[in-house]
Amino acid sequence: MSNPTYTVIFYLFAAITVFSAAFVVFSRNVIYSAFSLLFTFFGAAALYVFLSADFIAVTQVVVYVGGILVLLLFGVMFTNSIMKADLKSDVLHFVPGTLLLLGMIGAMLYTFYTTHGWMPSETQLQGSVVERIGIETMSRYVLPFEMASILLLAALIGAAFLARFEKQGNKEQ
Amino acid sequence: MEQLTTIGLNHYLTISAFLLCFGIYAVMTRKNAIVILMGVELILNAANINFLAFSKYNGGMEGVMFSLFIIVLAAAEAAIALAIVINIFKIFRSVDVSSIDSMKE
Repeated sequence: MSNPTYTVIFYLFAAITVFSAAFVVFSRNVIYSAFSLLFTFFGAAALYVFLSADFIAVTQVVVYVGGILVLLLFGVMFTNSIMKADLKSDVLHFVPGTLLLLGMIGAMLYTFYTTHGWMPSETQLQGSVVERIGIETMSRYVLPFEMASILLLAALIGAAFLARFEKQGNKEQ
Repeated sequence: MEQLTTIGLNHYLTISAFLLCFGIYAVMTRKNAIVILMGVELILNAANINFLAFSKYNGGMEGVMFSLFIIVLAAAEAAIALAIVINIFKIFRSVDVSSIDSMKE
């Protein structure tokens, strides 16, 4: 896999993912963070394609970008008044947080690059996995699949119940 | 140089380590509840990248299925968390987590 084009494209998407994730965290403006999260999700989806998980990549784009990010943007606009241009988010525990960030990254990278014990299997995933995902979902993972559907139903009802407006209370006020 | 140009497991582990640390940093240091939720999403994405990388280099389907269920759970988590944040905003008129200090209205 030492095709130069492949390597360059991989590093491009890796850089997009990591730098936009850094911008999400270090930007003080909530709207900038939300839009930078868009690039992080797209970069991660591209990395999933490199990992030959194309179905997961499409699911990532549909669910994260189409669902979760829109939900987060809705939350930002609901809980801040856009017109005030006061979308700043303060920072707490700056020094311990930065120390933990650098320490954790250093420790993990040191462990990864001093461990030479990874032994890739002879039968790596190749090509598309859509067909195998379908077979696995309907055979080995059928119980988690059904449980996920029940969980989504419960989450849907719970979220609608929690976020509803109380009409009686508003009339009394 | 050989390590840099041949894309292997370590590259994906490095990216996911960065995403995990940025997510933890956001959860630790930010006051806005919505930015904390974004940090949680970054952590979940880091876990997904790890699962898929190990799944590819191991050749099994377990990691792929697990990352699919992680995406489902992330969607449910985001919906519930946003509903809770909206409720907090209705009661406290703010989403600053350091000023939310009572559990009764």
